[in-house]
Amino acid sequence: MLDAVQNLGRWALNILERAGRATLFLILTLRGLPPILARPLLVIQQMHAVGVRSLLIIVVSGLFVGMVLGLQGYNTLVDFGAEQTLGVMVALALVRELGPVISALLFAGRACSALTAEIGLMKATEQLSAMEMMATDPLSRVIAPRLLAGFLALPLLAAIFSAIGVLGGYFVGVGLLGVDDGAFWSQMQAKVDPDDIYNGIIKSVAFGFVTTWIAVFQGYDATPTSEGVSRATTYTVVHGSLAVLGLDFVLTSFMFGD
Amino acid sequence: MDQTPVTEQREPVVQIRGLTFRRGARVIFDNVDLDIERGRITAIMGPSGTGKTTLLRLIGGQLRPDAGSIKVFGQEVGKLSRRELFELRKRIGMLFQSGALLTDLTVFDNVAFPLREHTGLPERMIRDLVLIKLEAVGLRGARGLMPSELSGGMARRVALARAIALDPMMILYDEPFTGQDPISMGTLAQLIHALNGTLSLTSVVVSHDVHETSLIADYIYVMSGGKLIGEGSPQTLAQSDSPWVRQFMDGLPDGPVPFHYPAPAYGDDLLSNDDA
Repeated sequence: MLDAVQNLGRWALNILERAGRATLFLILTLRGLPPILARPLLVIQQMHAVGVRSLLIIVVSGLFVGMVLGLQGYNTLVDFGAEQTLGVMVALALVRELGPVISALLFAGRACSALTAEIGLMKATEQLSAMEMMATDPLSRVIAPRLLAGFLALPLLAAIFSAIGVLGGYFVGVGLLGVDDGAFWSQMQAKVDPDDIYNGIIKSVAFGFVTTWIAVFQGYDATPTSEGVSRATTYTVVHGSLAVLGLDFVLTSFMFGD
Repeated sequence: MDQTPVTEQREPVVQIRGLTFRRGARVIFDNVDLDIERGRITAIMGPSGTGKTTLLRLIGGQLRPDAGSIKVFGQEVGKLSRRELFELRKRIGMLFQSGALLTDLTVFDNVAFPLREHTGLPERMIRDLVLIKLEAVGLRGARGLMPSELSGGMARRVALARAIALDPMMILYDEPFTGQDPISMGTLAQLIHALNGTLSLTSVVVSHDVHETSLIADYIYVMSGGKLIGEGSPQTLAQSDSPWVRQFMDGLPDGPVPFHYPAPAYGDDLLSNDDA
């Protein structure tokens, strides 16, 4: 019994200590951000690595999710004679929820895991130590551009995901199932509020920040061995995905709760 | 004529007093005193696991001692702020055991890295400086290669070119000869010796390679079990009577540093039913 209490206490202390380290890491990284703003090329390179290289999976997934939404939505709405509102349903589902959430999950799996592995390997091969000995702060030179790039890239990827998803829904609904073209777009235009779009952007900004923070911290904090880097990469995907889903509920309850 | 004040010339570049450092319960250094004299190649030698690399990290301020003092260029390393520490490190080059080249940059960009980070020089001048450093290590022709395309010896020479990019006053070498073929080993030893002389450097070489290190070192400290067990010129140590020094210099498998890791009696262990 005493052992169980001890283990529970140790586990709780470990979590608190790690949360404290992650927060301190974030503060130090943010302090290293201003010099990086004067060197936009570093951020652009990382935007290419985490953003442009994630485009394929985002576009393909967005297309299929939109097509499935179109198909499922049509089959439900047609029973009520409301298939003309298919465009609204597809757009709202994508802009409010599926765009930000699925993009963030894909981003955690595709880009964040790569960030963790890259930083963890840089640590294991003493590249970060070498930078420190060259009087260059790795938090500013390596971590800050990646954090900023992830923060900026995800909202753009989510926007692309939603846009492609709407086109997928249009293709299935209008192209294959015969929903009226004009009704699809006009209903969407009438019913999708700018606030829905703003809320989707706020969500994807929050998800981008949290998933990238988790990724860079896991890499920087990884045990510098192959097993340590592998474990850190797994944690990035698991913790990042859970954080996205949990944060989504919290944000949704604030945005649409009343 | 050298304008350096006489007192500064006499003061060691690195002065370590009463250094104690632990990792958990394990004592790595126990009240160690050590001086690195200006202009010399000083070797820190000892068996694997004696904390030689840890000593370099303590000198470079990447680790802080549990007790004692480490002064580098007269500055107490453990008490420096991060900014002051970075200023100090601009005067120190370090060659890591693995080379630690930045794998996403070419050879040229690796050597240019400290210059671009700290000097604000125009690219044309950086190019010339990088080519001068690469020429010094014989790899000017390899400037377009990626680190993955280099052999181990070449990678260390590129890392050496990077370490001297900012014209440091001291270079710390972490096991520069480990894993090198005889040609690369000889090349590196020659480079360390030549650079120390021509650039008026102070060099600290951490190594367990007795032969190559003895050829280039002016002074050697031998460490084991967290303490200094011998010091002197290579010639002095070669004639030392200390069993500790003898075991290390002659490469004897057993002696004061035991061959066997501490374990229960062999017979008892074989007869016991423990799984591991």
